[in-house]
Amino acid sequence: MIQTHQLCLNYGSSQILKDINLTFKESGVTSIIGPNGAGKSSLLSLVCRLQKPSSGSVTLHGSNILQLDNAKLAKQLAILRQENHIVSRLTVEDLVCFGRFPYHQGRPSAADFEQINWAIELMELEEFKQRYINELSGGQRQRAYIAMVLAQQTDYLFLDEPLNNLDMKHSVNIMKTLRKAASEMKKSVILVMHDINFAASYSDEIIAMKHGEIIHQDTPENIMTNEVLSNIYDMPLKVEQIHGKSVCLYYL
Amino acid sequence: MHKYIYAALPLVIALAIISLLVGNHSLQFNAESWDILMISRIPRTLALILAGVSLSVAGVIMQQLARNKFVEPSTTGTVESATFGMLMMLIFFPEASVFYKLLVACISSVIGTALFLLILRKVPLRSGYVVPLIGIMYAGVIGAIITFVAYRAELLQSIWVWVQGDFSMILRGRYELLWLAGGLSLIAYFTADKLTLAGLGKQVSINLGLNYTLVFVWGLVVVSLITGVTVVNSGVIPFLGLVVPNIISLLVGDNLRRSLPLIAISGAGLVLLCDILARVINYPYEIPIATVMGIIGSVIFLYLLLREDSHAN
Repeated sequence: MIQTHQLCLNYGSSQILKDINLTFKESGVTSIIGPNGAGKSSLLSLVCRLQKPSSGSVTLHGSNILQLDNAKLAKQLAILRQENHIVSRLTVEDLVCFGRFPYHQGRPSAADFEQINWAIELMELEEFKQRYINELSGGQRQRAYIAMVLAQQTDYLFLDEPLNNLDMKHSVNIMKTLRKAASEMKKSVILVMHDINFAASYSDEIIAMKHGEIIHQDTPENIMTNEVLSNIYDMPLKVEQIHGKSVCLYYL
Repeated sequence: MHKYIYAALPLVIALAIISLLVGNHSLQFNAESWDILMISRIPRTLALILAGVSLSVAGVIMQQLARNKFVEPSTTGTVESATFGMLMMLIFFPEASVFYKLLVACISSVIGTALFLLILRKVPLRSGYVVPLIGIMYAGVIGAIITFVAYRAELLQSIWVWVQGDFSMILRGRYELLWLAGGLSLIAYFTADKLTLAGLGKQVSINLGLNYTLVFVWGLVVVSLITGVTVVNSGVIPFLGLVVPNIISLLVGDNLRRSLPLIAISGAGLVLLCDILARVINYPYEIPIATVMGIIGSVIFLYLLLREDSHAN
């Protein structure tokens, strides 16, 4: 169980995150939604120890993550950030192999390669295995990054806008994969999502953020109402029932 | 990778043999030839190989630390910082042994390089060309300070001659410190995975459980020591650390476990080639290897820059 305690982040005089108290369960899919600049990505960075909070703390099973051994922590939680400026010319296979680094420290075993191939197959990248990531399309590269963190096989998986650059087919495929990982492998998947319909269809729980604060934490059914959504995004939004599911046609 | 190594290795060995044979004295089977071989030719060829290997390795490590393909120790202030340390020793402790000169040059280059990398962190826009430009300006500022101080101390000529790569004065007993640079390159190879990972950025490294700061400092120390050793011993060869890693990157990518051996071998080969050219172009006189490398290197560098541009668009 990951918990945040009175987590705050300030840049100069501007408050990015204000007193965040959250609990991430040990399994299930959680989506974090909210307008741009709500603090979603910052929250993920703090929870995954990529950045130090101005005050407050994050604990994993009760211990402060900043005091835990970083190498061991890399087997328990993984994060894929929204932007990954990798200038190195690495092949897809090399990149995914680095996802296993916490286990092999540079000497991948047969078992590591099994995981690497599993992740590559899952992301449908077999034919690009030996291609350099800087020579792939945006969507293919995004899938390679996701394969890297999947290969890391952590209990907690944090993905910041994983559907960036992806077409419909691969978006659905990735959401189904993550759903399966949460249900069958009992992993905890935490996503920052912009498409609320994707978030609602695949999540067990939705966290809504605005101005650096948590304003809702509830089931998708309770979040997907005209009132709640309009309040989160500061625009009139209407939820329709289509085939028994709540859908927000925000693009109309 | 193996096919490239099998292709490069015989070529480098051939260049090394040619390097041994080139010179005023044509070798014969007698005592005099043996002495020339042992005292002058073999040390020179070994010095070239060691400098070629270690400067190329230092170049690629610097590129990982700065996360930019267009930097190397001579465009990040590393060489200038080592030179500054050297100059201080020439002014204040001219009688100090080579070891102490080396020590001070290395410490000075660690500090200078660390400062450059700190400046980089403060730069918001870290696009391709900004990083080397900052490096060149930074190196220019330190270079100006060196020139000013050296001018006042009437050491201007000797300091720049010292720094410029020149292997014509290499004799047995006067190059052995370069083995230190070669040894460091070898140790660096054993940390290749960690250096590659550090090159993916701080946050990716932390996520994968790497002690980023430790690896970063290690890379910094390797680059600075190699630069310090070469500055004090043989002088540096411009462009080498830039050109070799970039060409190898095009061939086999940037996974250092795979590319580092090839970078090392190719670095040695290119230096041997440039030195042979420097010795035969104006035979029986020599032109400085830095001049030859400067011309060859800048042409290759321009090609890489233009290629990168067309690639990016």
